[in-house]
Amino acid sequence: MSRAAVAFLSGLVFGAGLIVSQMSNPAKVIGFLDIAGNWDPSLALVMLGALASFGTVHWVSRARVAPLLAARFALPTREGVDRPLIVGSLIFGTGWGLSGFCPGPAVVSGTFGDWRVWLFMGAMLAGILLYRFRPGSPGPVHGQV
Amino acid sequence: MAGGVLVGLAAALLWRILGRIAGVSNILGAVVTKPGDDSAWRISFLAGLLMAGFGAVALIPHAVHFELQAGATQLLIAGLLVGFGTQMGSGCTSGHGVCGIGRLSLRSLVATLCFMASGMLTVFILKHLLA
Repeated sequence: MSRAAVAFLSGLVFGAGLIVSQMSNPAKVIGFLDIAGNWDPSLALVMLGALASFGTVHWVSRARVAPLLAARFALPTREGVDRPLIVGSLIFGTGWGLSGFCPGPAVVSGTFGDWRVWLFMGAMLAGILLYRFRPGSPGPVHGQV
Repeated sequence: MAGGVLVGLAAALLWRILGRIAGVSNILGAVVTKPGDDSAWRISFLAGLLMAGFGAVALIPHAVHFELQAGATQLLIAGLLVGFGTQMGSGCTSGHGVCGIGRLSLRSLVATLCFMASGMLTVFILKHLLA
């Protein structure tokens, strides 16, 4: 299977998981974040299931020197907890709470027929460009987790 | 929880076979700022996400739940914050929350705690102080 086919399959299963778990339902996400109200903790289980299953595969294959269809594992290069990590994540969380959208679910629910999702996505792309081409930036850099 | 396991296995597939992190904000960021530079797998992944949506709407519409409460202005502001913040913070729910914590990254744990906290605070202010 080609690299593109693997990536497509991954995106397909990833998206299906977001839909089945209702991560792609903004009202459900808001319910998860609303700890002082009628708190719906079910998405915590979803995140736990996701990180545990990914973590298990990652752990089992940790001795491998290379993935099956690439020369190396593209590991994030940044290290250490720094200011941009914290400030950026706080900013992201604010937008997440305002809308109920994070990037993956926003892309998936773009297909649900509500034009407001694309309004959000347009603004999100603008925000991405605003940061990557901000004054004083060294130019677009590949994001590293 | 089953949906979460699907998400994790999809990310594991991308990691084990292509050696890439399934972080949607970084995939989007790289696609829009560096088109052509190794973007084939990224565009394919995004196409897979969209196909999942189209497929679900067509085949299992009863499983598609969607309710959006925010108005247009609020969505515009939220989109800007999500786009800007995920690039500054090097990731989002998928890259940090699933893959990062899954591979025991301290950076990702801190990032996830930060966006969870500000998300909860924002909802608290919107629903309980301003409402």
